[in-house]
Formats: sequence, structure tokens, C-alpha cells
Amino acid sequence: MDHEHDGHEHHEHGRGLPPHPTREDDDVALTYGEARYLALKSLLIEKGLVTADEIRRRLEINERGNPQQGARMVARAWVDPAFKARMLADAKEAAKELGLEVTEAKLVAMENTPACHNLIVCTLCSCYPRSLLGEPPAWYVSKAYRSRAVREPRKVLREFGLDIPETVEVRVHDSNADLRYIVLPMRPAGTEGLSEEELAALVTRDCLVGAAVPRSPNA
Amino acid sequence: MSLERGPYALGERVRILDLDKPGHVRTPMYVREKVGVIERYCGDFENPEERAYGRVGRERIRLYRVRLRQRDLWPDYEGPDKDTVEIEIYDHWLRPASGGD
Repeated sequence: MDHEHDGHEHHEHGRGLPPHPTREDDDVALTYGEARYLALKSLLIEKGLVTADEIRRRLEINERGNPQQGARMVARAWVDPAFKARMLADAKEAAKELGLEVTEAKLVAMENTPACHNLIVCTLCSCYPRSLLGEPPAWYVSKAYRSRAVREPRKVLREFGLDIPETVEVRVHDSNADLRYIVLPMRPAGTEGLSEEELAALVTRDCLVGAAVPRSPNA
Repeated sequence: MSLERGPYALGERVRILDLDKPGHVRTPMYVREKVGVIERYCGDFENPEERAYGRVGRERIRLYRVRLRQRDLWPDYEGPDKDTVEIEIYDHWLRPASGGD
């Protein structure tokens, strides 16, 4: 990668030391949202509606999820047509076969085909299958993505480097209520000799939202 | 009240209502008063408009997925006519679309 344009940043550390690896201390005043969250949390605990441990466990479940779990499901679907059929029928049940627990009410897999490309968004907030995939990327929760993905999805996809031909339908799924979604991308050409594990490595987080498509390692 | 209006059939044309209801509603503005077709029935869920205010364990209502054409949402949509949006809409936000819709 060419970093000439921001080279000045590197000259700042010209004392033979690498840049400091940790984040700066966050000892600043709480934002309005943080203060409100803490107030609400302590009220809920005080009133006995939830316990601190329940909140902590929920966060732990969200953080246990990661895109590799979704990638495993995709790779299995690519090599096992019967599993793929079960995944398309009920992705939450299919996840169990791989030992993956989805805690959201329902998980729906949307299959990319030569005729249809799927893109997931939650226009109202940031709904995402966190128990499977972990926290969504920052862009997914941005207001720009949430508003533009349903208004000009092709332009958004081009900004992600994905140019969908006009012959292919772009189908946007608004994850606005009780269902959660995962995109089942198409298996790239030239991957016939790959193992299931190698196939899973081609499936990135963005592929599972539909912002990207898996590429053959030889492409 | 909501159960009387369903269930809608797959492919049935429906109009998404604008109930002008405050609070934790899950029907975004951009689909209100728009016509689409039922893509699937998703099951019955407690109404989030009630749950958001702590009223849990009440009646379950039907949830559908509605498929809308981008061209019907945004007249100046940039892309082919075939492009679509699919969205989850609770029963009480839907009514059958009449011939004129």
C-alpha cells in the first residue's frame, strides 16, 4: 500500500521507537449517551429487573460471536447441498449442527445467485445477528449506511468496490423487526480443490452482510 | 384486532399503513403508504410497540416480510426496475391493496 500521502505521521516517531501501541486513556467526561446508559442500567438493577451479571453475560454472548462462525456455515453450505437446504429453511437450526448457538429469535439466510445480490441493513437501529457474528462493523451502524443502503444500494456497493451488473437484481433486506439475516454468498469459481476450512477463510465479515463477495484465492 | 386482517397469502398485494403512532414502532417512514407483496409469513411475535414499555407477555401478532420495488419507493431510483427492498411489517400495519393501489 502507498502511504506517501500520510507520511508525516511516521516522522513524528523519529526516535527509534515504534508508535505507542495502546489507546490513550479515556479519562474524559461521559457523553450524554454514556451517562444515560449508566443511569438506566443502575435503575434497572436497583429495581431488580435485571442483574449486573445478566447484562455482563449478554455482552459476553455478543462478543463471543465472530464472523468466522458465519463463514463456517457458508463453507459447509458450499460443500454440502443438504446442509445448504437446511440453512436456507432455518439458519438458526442449521447453526446448531455446527455447534453454534444463535440467541436471536430467528436467523434467515439469503442466498446470492447469478440473478440476485442480497444486502443487509437495519435502517432503524443496528439489528445484526450478534450472537453468531459478533458486533457489527462501525459502518453498519452509521446513519449514512442505514439511510443510503435502501436509497442507493448500488452506489453504496460501488463504494465498497462491488459493481453489480444491471442484469442482476439488488435485493436489500431491512432488518427492522424480529428477524436477523446472514447472506449466503456464491462460491467463487476456481475453488474446486479447496477444503472446507480453506473455503471458510474466503468468507469475510462483509461478505456475510452482502457488502462484498468472496474471491478465489487465485483471482 | 390485528389477527382479523390476516393471514395474508404469499404474493398478495398489501399496502403498508401510516398509523402515525408515536413510540417504539418498527415501520420506518420510507415504506409507509407504499404497496408491495407478501414475501413470507415470519411467525407470531409480541408487539414491540408494547414490549418497549415493559408490557411483556401479551398477545402475539403476525409478522410478515413485504417485498417492495425500489422504483415504488423512490421515483428517481438509480438502478433497474427489478431492484427490491424486503422489510418486516406487523399485521396491524398492513391492509390488502385494492385494485387502484
